[in-house]
Amino acid sequence: MTTLNPARRDEIAARHPAVLDRPVRQRFRIPLIAGGLALYVVYCWWFFAIGHVLGTANWGIAGTYLADWVSYEVRPEVTIHADGSMELGYPRFSPLGPNAEPDWVEIERGTMTRTVPAARVAAKTDEKPASMGFMGAGGSVGGTAAAAGADATATREEEVVRRAKIILNSSTSVEVLPSRVTVEHGGERLAVDIGGGTARAEGALPGWAVQKEPGGKITVSFGLSGWGEIEADDVTIRRRFPGWVNFLFDTNSPFHGRPLPEVFSLVTSGERIDPTRSNLALAWDNILYNGEWQHLDVWTKLLQTIVMAFVGTLFAMLLAFPLSFLAARNITRSRLSNQVTKRLFDFLRSVDMLIWALFFTRAFGPGPLAGMSAIFFTDTGTLGKLYSEALENIDDRQREGVKSVGAAPVAVQRFGVLPQVLPLFASQALYFWESNTRSATIIGAVGAGGIGLKLWEAMRTNSDWENVAYMVLLILAVVFVFDGISNALRSRLMGRPAH
Amino acid sequence: MAMTTLHDGFSEKGALIEQHFQELSARRRLYTWFGLAALVVALGGSLWFANETNAGKFLDRLPHFFDFVGDMVPRDGWEVFRALFDLPSPYDDGSFKYDYPEGRLYVIGSLYVPEYFHKMLETLNIAFFSTVIGMVFGFLLSFLAAKNLVANRIVRGSVRRFMEVLRAFPEVVLAGFFLAILSIGPLPAVIAVSIHTVGALGKLFFEAVENVDMKAEEGLRAVGASWVERVWFAIVPQVAPNFMSYFLLRLEINVRASTIIGAVGGGGIGELLRLSIGQGHAAKTLAIVLLLLLTIVAVDQVSAWLRRRLVGDQAFRSAA
Repeated sequence: MTTLNPARRDEIAARHPAVLDRPVRQRFRIPLIAGGLALYVVYCWWFFAIGHVLGTANWGIAGTYLADWVSYEVRPEVTIHADGSMELGYPRFSPLGPNAEPDWVEIERGTMTRTVPAARVAAKTDEKPASMGFMGAGGSVGGTAAAAGADATATREEEVVRRAKIILNSSTSVEVLPSRVTVEHGGERLAVDIGGGTARAEGALPGWAVQKEPGGKITVSFGLSGWGEIEADDVTIRRRFPGWVNFLFDTNSPFHGRPLPEVFSLVTSGERIDPTRSNLALAWDNILYNGEWQHLDVWTKLLQTIVMAFVGTLFAMLLAFPLSFLAARNITRSRLSNQVTKRLFDFLRSVDMLIWALFFTRAFGPGPLAGMSAIFFTDTGTLGKLYSEALENIDDRQREGVKSVGAAPVAVQRFGVLPQVLPLFASQALYFWESNTRSATIIGAVGAGGIGLKLWEAMRTNSDWENVAYMVLLILAVVFVFDGISNALRSRLMGRPAH
Repeated sequence: MAMTTLHDGFSEKGALIEQHFQELSARRRLYTWFGLAALVVALGGSLWFANETNAGKFLDRLPHFFDFVGDMVPRDGWEVFRALFDLPSPYDDGSFKYDYPEGRLYVIGSLYVPEYFHKMLETLNIAFFSTVIGMVFGFLLSFLAAKNLVANRIVRGSVRRFMEVLRAFPEVVLAGFFLAILSIGPLPAVIAVSIHTVGALGKLFFEAVENVDMKAEEGLRAVGASWVERVWFAIVPQVAPNFMSYFLLRLEINVRASTIIGAVGGGGIGELLRLSIGQGHAAKTLAIVLLLLLTIVAVDQVSAWLRRRLVGDQAFRSAA
């Protein structure tokens, strides 16, 4: 803005003294409030020990958790034995299922004569009963070794891994040989000598590799493609893939790992996999009881949340409706009944939804009945208060008009009051229905039913973030749909366009 | 009512109108009944479903409902106050149920803050601090989302969508996520409540901004004020009382929200309440409920008084 010249300023000051010479309190109000808030922020910084908490926070893991929302890891692990043989394995519950041989892991096998403790071999065959059926040769070898179990050691021909190459993307790969690991990433090359019980890098470590102590574990990170750990006797690689794995069929399902068109043709025209039921029934059953995603359970809990909000709000509206007539002082001309109902509303509202939820969880046991009752109690108070205020603000002329033609008291309320307030009542109930769908999620987490507890449990494991993402998406979808329905209904009721 | 005799003596046109009216109202009545029937069916189905999936069935649990209420009666009336003020209990047998002095937070010498007051202060601080954070960011975002200040549809739309997502994102997930990173403490609750508040206040704020009188803004525009100057000198003075009133309204909501988040693992009084109800500590539970009730009533009253001073009765017309 251009500046005023002094003469103009004096002229304006003379005409409008109130504008330029405001009282001190008014002039400094904004800086005072800002200063007070700044002091309060400093106090909170101390009270919550924010600096300390942020300093000790594990920020590295935050990225991994966030990545887990939309991606998953597969963890091939190469174990290197002292005699130079190697084994390639995957942890239990690997998303690829047992006996996976993905094409991004190249394996070169060979046979060699090994001396192994017999007990270990026996234990190993016990450990993987699932692989017995599929790998007949391996199973029988284990069997013979176990038969000779009295000896401390057994010598036998065994098929071992000679070389394993794990390809993470076009420029990143890890090649494992019994005495040497070669990592290539982004045009750089890291060779690690792992002979003799230590891991020693040949040459300087590139920026993406970290070794905390000489000879110890080397951690290599490849950004979004994954990361790995190289030790003298063990190389673990975690390759990250985008997307949700096994979303429809888990690894126990006969449909697991098949492309969608194949599943479709199996379901529509294939041979029965399970002779007792059709493929469609089997596929549906496998989807519902998917061990990782637990679709049926998630949907049931989500429906519980919706039902809690719906029934809770509806009952609250039904009870608050008659009570609000008792509470409105222009309708019921009795101070006693006004005060009693109003204080009841205040009580129901002020005892938090949390307290009601915890009480009813104790009383009814965990489940939607508790959440429903909590919403019912709290909202009876809130809706009752809003309704009685709306009733106290009505236009009295309509009542007088109906009264003047000699209508009965009930008819006066029906034709003189209801038409004025009913749209408002319904609109407010709809608004609370919508907002309760949101709050029902959170009281669920204390045990009052619905998806909240499931969500909370999935988060506490710190490894099921993809399930959290799935449930959050479902909740967001439900909230947005109900928002839309409630907005559309309310704008129709109130006769103004939706915003 | 005395309106039934009006049918007779209509002209031909009048009878036609009357017939149409009857048809319309009959159809309307049909729709009403239809809607009611659908509602009853939905309600019945919902109740059945809720009862089926609950851990205890409603009718089985109902007779035991008051057993639980009986569990919540303390040994004597003073126990509640002893629990509230951390005074030693005559029933102390070394168990957690009566160890009230344990939670004392000593300040200087033998002067102490009772545990529940301290935790209540923590919850209040969570609520107030996150409302302040929410207001600061909601304030900044709201001007970018207002139709009368930002002509660019893309900027406006993306700011609004952003606030919608913040608002709809379940607080419990935010709390859980930050709990995993920041470890136990009140900070995850602060972050969760703040993020939700930014979205909620931002929406209320930009709706207030869109309803301002634009004449002041036009005057400043005419003398060549920049966008920031126009907002600061023309818009902010008009909306400041409304913003303060929404801030206070949100504060009331956030006191409740931070109690609930606390119960889920975010510290504060909520956590203690959940533990003491779960373990059946009657006096402790009643003490916490009493303190919580008084605090919420006090916050509501103070906020209502301030709002009435700021914007008059307008603040109470649409509390929803």
